[in-house]
Order: sequence, then structure tokens, then C-alpha cells
Amino acid sequence: MIRDSLLVAGKDLRIEWRARVLTNQVAPFTLLIVVLFGFALDANPGTLRDTAPGLFWVAVLLVTMLAVQRAAAIETADAAQQRMLLSDLDPGAVFLGKMAALVVQLLALEVLLAAAVLVLFDVSVREPALMVVAAIVATVGIAAAGTLYGALAVGLGVRETLLPILLLPTLAPVLIGATRTFGDAFDRVAADGWAWLGLLGVFAVLYCVIGTLAYGVLLEET
Amino acid sequence: MSATAPAESAVENTGSRSTRVLGAIIAVGTPLLLLLAFVWSPEDDVMQDAVRLLYIHVPVAILTYVAFSLTAVGSVAYLWKGSRWWDTVAHSAAEVGVVFCGLTLVTGSIWGRPTWNTWWEWGDVRLVTTLVLFLVYVGYLAFRRVPADPGVRARRAAIIGIIGALQIPIVRYSVQWWENSTLHQQGSLTDGKLENLTLFTWFIGQVVLGAIFLWLLVHRFRVAWLEDEIDTHGLVDALEERRAEAMVGVDEAVGGPVDGRIPSDGGQS
Repeated sequence: MIRDSLLVAGKDLRIEWRARVLTNQVAPFTLLIVVLFGFALDANPGTLRDTAPGLFWVAVLLVTMLAVQRAAAIETADAAQQRMLLSDLDPGAVFLGKMAALVVQLLALEVLLAAAVLVLFDVSVREPALMVVAAIVATVGIAAAGTLYGALAVGLGVRETLLPILLLPTLAPVLIGATRTFGDAFDRVAADGWAWLGLLGVFAVLYCVIGTLAYGVLLEET
Repeated sequence: MSATAPAESAVENTGSRSTRVLGAIIAVGTPLLLLLAFVWSPEDDVMQDAVRLLYIHVPVAILTYVAFSLTAVGSVAYLWKGSRWWDTVAHSAAEVGVVFCGLTLVTGSIWGRPTWNTWWEWGDVRLVTTLVLFLVYVGYLAFRRVPADPGVRARRAAIIGIIGALQIPIVRYSVQWWENSTLHQQGSLTDGKLENLTLFTWFIGQVVLGAIFLWLLVHRFRVAWLEDEIDTHGLVDALEERRAEAMVGVDEAVGGPVDGRIPSDGGQS
């Protein structure tokens, strides 16, 4: 199963690396969001510092929509999903592989986003370890839910509009938990970030399990 | 609710004896509930008259959980048995649940204005989680309206319905898990803090709103079932009708029926 997952993850990452959609389109969009937040909040340094954790994760969710759409589009193009079914890969492994590829892409974007937020919003990090662990755990949860909902919307003519309305409410607990955790790491809110990390962990595990179990049902019908 | 679906051709409305009994309970119970809630029951020491709204707010919130749980049960049963009946139950329960969840938010907001001095409190974990629950099922209903193969749509909707139900315990237990992040009180009902007329009024509220919930659910189920019948058989029936019309036209043109029979004059006319 691990071998199959790595194969699928490698395939998705190779396609992404060759297409350069992430670097040429999504990464500039990520920076654009940070700049727009700066304009919207009137470039007030105090406000930007206080809201930086929330803005960071809202930006991540917006970028996730694009990344999930892209991951789903890879499967629909040239009937790739049907061919993957013929290859006799375990559906759970396919899910984990696609999720892992999405985690890598989102983490790369988050590094860029974090650098932009830290520099442009003049934020200092009090607990870097908490920030890094929270980012990884939250991203696993986001990628797991994103991969699952991306598969749910595959093959439907209204995927672009349907995905946000399905996925964003589901990711609300991650947004709340990750914002609180980053708030603690940035020393902006009086919250126990490590305790909120537990919520992120539960979410990530839950969606990894559901996705692994349900992906077979979704693959069969496409 | 009957386990058998309404017959396609015989149905002129979605009423039945069971819905008429429910309707009678609602007709009698609603004025009784209003009298109990707004006239006969005493005001609360702390909340004063605002407590009267809770006789609607609490039952509606409980029925929201029931509706979305029913959606999850219907979704699991559909994936397990592949029965259209269960899929229709899941869909209907979600629609009624969204209405009740919306009512929960609205009545809670109206209640919060005099009690908490605000229409909405972002710091209250139950308010926020209930809003998320509402949005999750709005998404579910949006999915149900997506043009797609009915089987594919039903299977995917079932997965969304099961995932959505994960939010229910979060909403239900949020006031216990995040005690310091809520203005909501712990469950007065389960703690046995309510008594006499207050408890009786709540009970009548639960019965009447439960009857309204069931009435809506049964009718919505039957409407959804008939919609499915039209989707499934509508095209075939329409083709049959057009074919019959066409045959009548041909009959008139050739002076008699042409469905394999030879006209009386041997086809010379």
C-alpha cells in the first residue's frame, strides 16, 4: 500500500513539476492574497499583526481550492482515472498518494506564504516548533478533506462552484484550530496552541481514515 | 411513514391518513403550545419573558440533530443496500433539517438579543458550530441538485451525508468541551433543572414541533419520490405519448389504424 501511495504521489508531483502551474500561477496568487489583505486592512501594522494567523489560514484555504481543482483535473484529463483503475492499485493507496502530493504542494505554498506574512505584516514567531508542527498537521487534514471532496466533485459539470461550498464549511474546524495555534505561536492570542493541535490531529486522522475507506466507492463509479 | 412508495399513476396529492392525523395533532397542538408558552407558563427569574422563545428554540434544535442523524442513517443504508427509498429518506431529512437548523439559528439569535445583548456572538462555540453545520448541509443540498447520473449523485451524496453527521456531536458537546468559550448554559433538561409547567410546556413544544417535523418529512419524501419517478419514467412516458399521437396522425392520413392491421378497404382509400 505504501509503495502504491508513493507511486501515485510521485506521479502527481511529476505532472505538477512539468506543468509548472503551481509555481507560475498558484504561487503568485498566494502573494497577491497577502498584498490584498494588506490593502483591505488599510495597511495598519497593529491590525495586520493581530489578524496575521487568521489571514494566513484563510489564504491557505483559498489556495487549497485551486490546488484541489488542479489535482482533480489531472485525473479527469485523458481518462487518467479509468486507466489508474485498470492498473489494479489499491483505492486507499491512491487516496493516500494523492493526498501526500497535495500535502507537499500546500506545504511549499505555505512556506512562501509564511515568509510573506512574516516580512510584510512584521510578525515575529515566539514558538517556531509549534508553528511548524501545526502547519504540517493542519495541512494533512486539509489535504485529506480536499482530496476526498475533490473526488466527490470529479466528473460533474459544476465542479468549480460546487467544491468551495462543500469543502470550506468542512474545513472550518481546521481554520479555527490552526488560527488559534498560530495565534499562540505568534504570541497574538492567549490560547494554548498545543491543546488546539489535538483538534487538528483528530481532524487529520478522521479524514485520512474516511478518505481511505470511501475512495474506492468513488473510484468505482467514475 | 409507509415503507411502500406511492404508486406513480394513482397519486393526486402527497397526503394520506397518517399525514392527516399529524395535521390534526398540529392543528390542536399549535394553539395549545402558544398559549402555554406565551400566556400560562411563568417567566424566568433570570431570562424573564425571553425564556418563552426557548420552548420553540430547544425542540427545533433537537429535531435538527434528529434530521441530520436520519440523513446519515439513510446514507449508510443506501450505500449498504442500494435502496432508492433510503436515498430519498436521506435527501428529505436533510432538506427538513436545513429548515429546522435555520430556525434554530434565527430563534437563537432573537433570544440572544435581549439575553446576551447581541444578535450574534462569534466567541460562542455552539453558535459557530451550528452555523457550520447549517452550511455543511446547504452544501449537501446543493450537491443533490447537481445534474448527474442519479446513481452517481446518490452514492456521492451518501458519503457527504455521512461526513456531515460528524459535525453533530461537535455541536452537541461543544458547550462541554469548550466550557470557557460559550455563553450557552449546560443542558438544563438533562440535569433535571426544569420542573412543573416549564417542563410540561417544553414537552408539548417537543411533541407539536415533532409532529410538524414528521409531517414535513413525509410530504417531502413523497414529493422527492414522485420527482424521481418522473426523472426515471418521464422520458419513456413522454415518448409513448408522442408515438401514440403520431400513430393517430398516420391513421387519419391513411383513413384507419396502421398498427399492423389492414384497413377495411384493403388500403385502397
